[in-house]
Amino acid sequence: MQDAGLTPRLALHDISKRFQSVVANDGISFSVEPGQVHALLGENGAGKSTLVKIIYGVLEADEGRILWDGRPVTISSPRRARELGIGMVFQHFSLFEAMTVLENIALGIDGTPDLKELADRIVAISRKYGLPLDPAREIHTLSVGERQRVEIVRCLLQNPKLLIMDEPTSVLTPQEVGRLFVTLRQLSDEGCSILYISHKLQEIKELCHHATVLRGGKVVGECDPAVETARGMAQLMIGAELKQLVRRVGTTSQEPRLTVANLKLRSDDPFGVDLTNISFEGGAGEIFGIAGVAGNGQNELTEALAGEVTLHTPTTILLDGKPIAHLNAEQRRQQGLCSVPEERNGHASVGEMTLAENTLLTARNRLGLARQGIIQRRHARGFAKRIIENFGVKASGPLALAATLSGGNLQKFIVGREVLQNPEVLIIAQPTWGVDAGAAAAIHQALFKLAQSGAAIVVVSQDLDELLVITDRLAVINQGRLSAAVTTAEASIDQIGLLMGGLHGMDHDKPAEGAHHAV
Amino acid sequence: MIDESIVHISSAVISASTPLLFAATGELIVERSGVLNLGVEGMMLMGAVTGFATTVTTGSPVLGILAAAAAGAALSLVFAVLTLTLMANQVATGLALTIFGIGISALLGSGFVGQPVPALPKLDIPVLSTLPVIGPVLFGQDGLVYLSVVMTAGSAWFLKRTHTGMKLRAIGESAQSAHSLGLPVIRMRYLATLYGGAAAGLGGAFLSLSYTPMWMEGMTSGRGWIALALVVFGSWRPWRVLAGAYLFGGVTILQLHAQGVVHLPAQVFSMLPYLATIAVLTAISAGPWRGRLTAPADLGKPFRPPV
Repeated sequence: MQDAGLTPRLALHDISKRFQSVVANDGISFSVEPGQVHALLGENGAGKSTLVKIIYGVLEADEGRILWDGRPVTISSPRRARELGIGMVFQHFSLFEAMTVLENIALGIDGTPDLKELADRIVAISRKYGLPLDPAREIHTLSVGERQRVEIVRCLLQNPKLLIMDEPTSVLTPQEVGRLFVTLRQLSDEGCSILYISHKLQEIKELCHHATVLRGGKVVGECDPAVETARGMAQLMIGAELKQLVRRVGTTSQEPRLTVANLKLRSDDPFGVDLTNISFEGGAGEIFGIAGVAGNGQNELTEALAGEVTLHTPTTILLDGKPIAHLNAEQRRQQGLCSVPEERNGHASVGEMTLAENTLLTARNRLGLARQGIIQRRHARGFAKRIIENFGVKASGPLALAATLSGGNLQKFIVGREVLQNPEVLIIAQPTWGVDAGAAAAIHQALFKLAQSGAAIVVVSQDLDELLVITDRLAVINQGRLSAAVTTAEASIDQIGLLMGGLHGMDHDKPAEGAHHAV
Repeated sequence: MIDESIVHISSAVISASTPLLFAATGELIVERSGVLNLGVEGMMLMGAVTGFATTVTTGSPVLGILAAAAAGAALSLVFAVLTLTLMANQVATGLALTIFGIGISALLGSGFVGQPVPALPKLDIPVLSTLPVIGPVLFGQDGLVYLSVVMTAGSAWFLKRTHTGMKLRAIGESAQSAHSLGLPVIRMRYLATLYGGAAAGLGGAFLSLSYTPMWMEGMTSGRGWIALALVVFGSWRPWRVLAGAYLFGGVTILQLHAQGVVHLPAQVFSMLPYLATIAVLTAISAGPWRGRLTAPADLGKPFRPPV
């Protein structure tokens, strides 16, 4: 922090960016000091990602000025940004699955580095900052945390003066988060500024020196996170008093509605995860959570439960005692098992079809929206209208195209479509991923209500906070294996975090560390 | 006597394999960049007719070969403009390119049907070509045969060992990520597509100048499609593609010789190489390797740079 004088490392003046009619950034100004860990706080859609893309040269601002070390600059491309000393770790890693760590890093470096020398530098950097990494490994064999290390090491190789981290902890276990913070503090002590984008208030309080809060594309507040309360920052971010969830009283009975016994599945996808001996039960009125870091078999498990993949042994999955594992998704639906997949665009809904047509995709037989193969258009429209009204979906009506809805509204519609079919069992993946707080609360309430009516609900989510709030019991999936279930009210964050890292972290970190001691 | 027939058959196998190898190594580079150009057949025909016509007109096979490569590249440029700049669907455009190539090559070649052309001179490599059996087979071929092997080796080296090759692979894996790293996705895809076109053109020239030194409408008779299949067969790796090309060339020649021995309609034998292709492709995509083949992840997906 030697040069922490009066000149900020980065200063933004009145940055604005429009996409057609949407104003993503509206006159944003703030500055980042050398060595400062500066939080950029805001909900999904507040304009954080657009802003950092402008700083990193991916997008161009319509208006405004950027000062770098006091001098006005035009950042026309990511290459220009890197020349200035700006590094960025994206939320969705831009890594090439089928290529090695070394190749991936070489690609992100300007010029043509000598690969041997680069491999040595990677090992040196990873040792200095406690980021164990084996340059020869192919990306698809790495855990998400290790992939993030690749991105960070790639940035550090260029000796950045400003490191932008876009929601870096959303895919990490609590232990990995702790390790990341150690690295970031070390960087900050060495004078590197960090622009830390997040909506996780606890992390920001723990790590950041200063916070700028965005809402609706504008700066709505600045604060010192060490002093400001988490609740205060949340209110700035959301712009209204936080609503408390109405937690229902436990109505869980002993009678299992969904029983999964020794589910095994080999993945077809070369980068997929094989499922091993998965067993659990969902009782009537129970919300059962499946936690885990992304890419540990959640997709495979959701597909197997929903019936997108059928299994040979019918008794692997029992619905109220009836074997259903051999049935396909539509047959399972008719037996009373409905599902909401993770990807709402293209998987749960078809963007180019109307909302009424989208109801046909899953409710066709359960609600008799088609008779003898002929679509009952009036019924379908009526059902779509009912979903829109009951769930407060903002749409022009049942004939709106699904693609015209915002993420949160489409998710409410899809959840509504399944919930209003009154299923016996509901499988739901990432129910509130990328959804604003209001929609998330509405979705959670709908799940509570469905559970209260006696259905069993299985929620697969990477958002541990969400699972801790809504589930009765939860288990952790790791490398295709499911841990024993724990009662949520009695579980500690540390216990779940260890399960999330579980065998996975140990398997990968030991050889990687061994390799770099040997060098 | 036995030596002679071994030499004869082996040389024939190499000749039958070479046009496939040209087209397939070229298409391999194209597909590694994430572009699927199904117009190989059309580009081979363009190469065949242009190479033949230029050689007949100028008397220079070297000029003919260069013209063939240029013609193949020119046709692939049409494809590149349509799919990479104007974002047309790659599958439909590739199919149209083949049909277009068949038509325009027939038009250009109409005055050259039945004309003779001097065969390409054999490039005998001193000393080595006098070795018994392997001498004439391996070291007494014409220059294009050597070029096809050199191009295969070059592709393998380029993809694995060069920085540009690494960028090309990255673009084929994820154009979006490559773009965000600042790699010139569209320019690299253009260059790869042009290279693939030139290679297909060379394959065509080999057909009309060396394999059967004459011009005939549609003389590639499906070799462009086989080349496309060979890229999959070789799981996008140059040396495996070479093995596949030679295997296929072998089946082609063996069925010719089998026709004299086994009495079945000739058409049944002509079918064999194609049946073999289908059998092998089915085996590799349905077997235990299923899903573990390393197709470039972004193959055939259009990429529109964000504005």
